[in-house]
Amino acid sequence: MPFRFARIPGVDGKVLVTSEVGEFEFLDETDFRAFEAGTLSPATDAYADLQGKHFLVEGDPSTTLRMVAAKYRTRKSFLKGGPALHVFVVTLRCDHSCRYCQVSRQTADQARFDMSTETVAAAIDLMFQTPSPSLTVEFQGGEPLLAFPRIRQIVEAIEERNRVKGRAITFSMTSTLHQADGEVLEFLRRHDFQLSTSLDGPETLHDANRPQPGRESHRRTVEGIGRVRAVLGERSLSALTTLTRESLKHPEAIVDEYVRLGFPSIFLRPLSPFGFAAKAAQRIGYGMEEFLPFYERALAYILELNRKGVAIQEAYTGFLLSHILTPFPTGYVDLRSPTGAGLGARVYNYDGGVYASDEGRMLAEMGDHSLRLGTVHDSHADLMQSEGMQLLLATGVAEALPGCSDCAFLPYCGADPVFNLAREGDPVGHRPTNAHCTKHTGLFRILFRYLAEADPHVMRTFTSWVTQRPVQRLPDAEAA
Amino acid sequence: MLPLHTRAVISGDLSRPLLKVLDLAEALRGDVPHEQVAVQLDDGIDVDTGVLRDLGFAAVMRPGATDIRPDDALPVICGLSNTDVVNPGDVIRVRHDSGQLSVLYRRGANANSLFLTEQCNSRCLMCSQPPRDEDDLWRVSELLELIPLIDRDLPQLGFTGGEPTLLGPLLPELIRACKAALPRTGLHILTNGRNFAEPVLADSVHEAAGCTTWAIPLYADVPSRHDHVVQAAGAFDATVNGIYNLAERGHAIEIRFVVHAQTLPRMQRFAEFIWRNMPFVSHVAFMGLEPMGFAKVNRDLLWVDPVDYGPALAEAAWHLQDRGITTSIYNVPLCVLPEAAWPLARQSISDWKNIYDPACEGCSMRPRCCGFFASHGPAWRSRGIKAFRFDEAAE
Ligand code: SF4
Ligand code: SF4
Repeated sequence: MPFRFARIPGVDGKVLVTSEVGEFEFLDETDFRAFEAGTLSPATDAYADLQGKHFLVEGDPSTTLRMVAAKYRTRKSFLKGGPALHVFVVTLRCDHSCRYCQVSRQTADQARFDMSTETVAAAIDLMFQTPSPSLTVEFQGGEPLLAFPRIRQIVEAIEERNRVKGRAITFSMTSTLHQADGEVLEFLRRHDFQLSTSLDGPETLHDANRPQPGRESHRRTVEGIGRVRAVLGERSLSALTTLTRESLKHPEAIVDEYVRLGFPSIFLRPLSPFGFAAKAAQRIGYGMEEFLPFYERALAYILELNRKGVAIQEAYTGFLLSHILTPFPTGYVDLRSPTGAGLGARVYNYDGGVYASDEGRMLAEMGDHSLRLGTVHDSHADLMQSEGMQLLLATGVAEALPGCSDCAFLPYCGADPVFNLAREGDPVGHRPTNAHCTKHTGLFRILFRYLAEADPHVMRTFTSWVTQRPVQRLPDAEAA
Repeated sequence: MLPLHTRAVISGDLSRPLLKVLDLAEALRGDVPHEQVAVQLDDGIDVDTGVLRDLGFAAVMRPGATDIRPDDALPVICGLSNTDVVNPGDVIRVRHDSGQLSVLYRRGANANSLFLTEQCNSRCLMCSQPPRDEDDLWRVSELLELIPLIDRDLPQLGFTGGEPTLLGPLLPELIRACKAALPRTGLHILTNGRNFAEPVLADSVHEAAGCTTWAIPLYADVPSRHDHVVQAAGAFDATVNGIYNLAERGHAIEIRFVVHAQTLPRMQRFAEFIWRNMPFVSHVAFMGLEPMGFAKVNRDLLWVDPVDYGPALAEAAWHLQDRGITTSIYNVPLCVLPEAAWPLARQSISDWKNIYDPACEGCSMRPRCCGFFASHGPAWRSRGIKAFRFDEAAE
């Protein structure tokens, strides 16, 4: 059967082989040579191991192919229902002026940057035209809470419509939480919102990244976190870290801040090349070569904490490991092949424009309109056949991209034409210098090194991340 | 452990061999047609059997009594060699000629199974019930009579064999009979699944979806190993296709894995194989060997002291349990399992297991332990058997 392979730095004498459906195996160099030459003896364990994982097949292949097909279907099942994540950019207004902000900021009083009632109605119509049985409605901005009345209107309209439609709907929002007071919180609780806020680490770092009159963003965010938890419960809130050049020096301090504030999870995100972030790149930006050592240190620290009994996970690692260690896809739309842009997610901008992804609308703010699929007044079918979608489909299937098509990490990775467009002006991207690829090659090498070492504590932690359940009892050295 | 057979003295002509035994009160409630009821009359209860005859009852049962009374107006079953064998609620078969009385259904037993056929298309190295190629279709007619006599509140009923799919269209017929007579009873059907590789057969049991768990053995992640264990070429492929065909039609699947020297080398890989290829299964059962039938003959091929595979078993079982697939360990005594595996260890499923070793005397874990099979002997004794004192177990 077809396979891809890689040698992982730090894993000596072994070759990683991966299959189209995401099975993997570490082979001794000699076994690998024999396997590749077709001379591996059927009497060896390596032969049986490869057969059990469907790297090789004896005789009539139909049963093996049936299992492989089932695994492929399962892995790509995110394609079934069409876009499930629907982002409503209710306003561009924001009261922060973050150094890396990805969208044009506006002062807090310009009502013309809010979504109109007419746009709201048409966008809701469009969302219900997608066949997905479960939908996530996400509110973004700007600071979405500056347009709270609009959010309330959208939520109520959607719930009204859904009485007939019967979809499983989740509401979510990314917010600084500064405006989240009693009435707002009560509303969010009633509608079971999943909230996400930005927390860049300890106070000095956070406030340096997120200037605001009074330099009190960190304090107000922490207060907001407390208010949200008190009303909506612990599980309703997660936080995202944006990493500036300064952040890269402090992996432990950033992780500690999340632990201190009681978060079960941290999401370490390198800066993306969108919006203002690209312009400010010289001052606060960095290359992936600088991000990877930071990530490696942060992950090692997180694993050490887990070993000591502090349950904290890194969210992105969780997605990558789910791709590697389970037969299932995740709900995460930003690392898929075919790309999640337009296929898994869709963005309704405040001005009525419809985009394939949040980054697509940021590109438009920067003057590149290629990922504008149309407007809220188009039909679902029109949008799915738009030029923007055709561009994404032609360039958003990693299996067909130069470099990716031969890469051992392909089954766990994804295509990101939007990112490539922003960085390189070309959605295909040039793999050897491509930041998306440098990042993921680096991350996968680190993770596969851990998997090759197979330390029982690390494996237990990893398993709990991918199953999203406390691992009650993984056998370990003590048990043996 | 209560035997299923005993001898009895039978007088008069029984019109049918299958009878539901009920005490007088329940018999008179009329839930079971009188002509299929043997009314149990315990010592000291004096009833005019003529009245019972007029009510249409089939027989009278006096387990302890030695003699037939001259005034008995109905056939009488009495003089049981072991009076404990039959109790009200049970369904019995009485052989007039030999005086053999067999319990086919026992009320309140922790497991009740219907034995469908002795025929099988596999020859597993460790089969505890070696198949016989005899025409035993009479069993099906008897079962069709038996099923309506089973208590309607029975939570679960097993089908065993032999290989039930060899009955062809009679298997769906039995399933239909159960659904009609026992609409609230879950069925648990043991099959090697091979015949379900034929979509037509998988279609034919559609009525079982939703009320049945198909318990299907799979012994490896690779065909050669599984085929060797079941002594049938092509079995692995057929079983996998059978499982997929059933699952695609909405059936619940339980996977069974018997741990012995032939399956142990691939056990860990097998667990990962299930997770990758069949994460939809509702239960995985790892089971210790039952020292009966072919297992006895093949003892040297199969034997591994459970105390030596305990840690590996714990790892394989938790590999699945931690991934959200309900997993159980059967037939491995607690003292030979690492403590890590105890939460997954279940007490035995049948009454004929659960016997204990002399070494178990005073063991504080006994109430939670599966013990041994009745057929357990010195050749099958783990060197790890060791009673827990109370304070140890309390830790
Ligand atoms: S982006 Fe890089 S790491 Fe990902 S599949 Fe393509 S070549 Fe591999
Ligand atoms: S000594 Fe007997 S009862 Fe106790 S754990 Fe061992 S087998 Fe079970």
